[in-house]
Amino acid sequence: MLHTVNKSSFERNSLQSCLNTIDDTSVILFIEDGVINAANNANSSMIADLAANGRVFALQGDVEARGISSKLADNIKLVDYAGFVDLVVEHGTPVSWV
Amino acid sequence: MATKKFMYLNRRSSFGTVYAIESLEVVLIAAAFEQDVSLAFMDDGVYQIVEGQNTDGIGMKNFSKTFHALGDYDINKLYVSKESLEERGLSESDLMPLVYEDEDDDWEEKPSIRVVTNDELKAIMSEQDVCLSF
Amino acid sequence: MKFAIQVNEGPYQHQASDTAFQFAKAAIENGHEIMRVFFYHDGVNNASSFTLPPQDDRHVVNNWASLDIKNAEGEPELVVCVAAALRRGMLDESEASKNSIEGNNLHPAFRISGLGQLIEAGIQSDRLVVFGD
Repeated sequence: MLHTVNKSSFERNSLQSCLNTIDDTSVILFIEDGVINAANNANSSMIADLAANGRVFALQGDVEARGISSKLADNIKLVDYAGFVDLVVEHGTPVSWV
Repeated sequence: MATKKFMYLNRRSSFGTVYAIESLEVVLIAAAFEQDVSLAFMDDGVYQIVEGQNTDGIGMKNFSKTFHALGDYDINKLYVSKESLEERGLSESDLMPLVYEDEDDDWEEKPSIRVVTNDELKAIMSEQDVCLSF
Repeated sequence: MKFAIQVNEGPYQHQASDTAFQFAKAAIENGHEIMRVFFYHDGVNNASSFTLPPQDDRHVVNNWASLDIKNAEGEPELVVCVAAALRRGMLDESEASKNSIEGNNLHPAFRISGLGQLIEAGIQSDRLVVFGD
């Protein structure tokens, strides 16, 4: 499955709820304000392990829009919208965490 | 028509936003399509099916009783997150007694609500073909 | 692949409609099919023919129209849920006259239909992607 998260963990518990129910092979894509979760911050430990396993992506356009390109945590993979489409194709049922 | 597993993900309580009532409207229409339907209630979504809702004081329609109709439409898999209930000081006994009649068991009345752990929900979600979040 | 998209928020208030549009555009450019975009909740407001955004900002409604998403019969597959639309005052000519309301505001690139269209899209597509907030 592909889990998209569009809210920062400082704003809502969407990321935590996603992490509570994500299985061992699914991946997470941060979009919109959710890319804040990809930055180095007080909540970065939430996704550190997943990112180290190559399972955390962020939409590049949203990262750049928010001026955090140089502030990303380790192992975040950036994708453009075409990459977003590819992730949906590759990872099966998309789940949207809002 | 091919049968797919549809999950309706509810994470918000009723009334503060429109998502709860409008997602229930989708579920009711979906019943006519004979797919494999589950509802998942987690986070504040568990409040959608708490017993004893009374909207007289806020001038809004109390649609909670509509959940009782789901059993008649063969929608009887209402998964409720155990952790979400506990975090909120709730238990299964606080929820509406939603039931269905099992046609494979002499029409015996059974509960539609299934309280599940996050781990169990993980497995259920990973089986779904379509997941609608509201 | 055949995609279906659900848009649950209106234009400008949330980024959902913009992200959905960019996704749809990328999918089409990369050879995929968007069989239907279903607008629900405040998403129905993406079909308004009355929006007048500032000149130096994107025109969300026109963006959607520009994708020319139609079925084999040439009907729009930018579909607005009738129940959600009526609740929010989004009417085509037929709904307006049925309800004795003067004027209508559904952009011609969209059509109004029932929630069954969303379920059908979930059944017929390979992937249904939801954009909300």
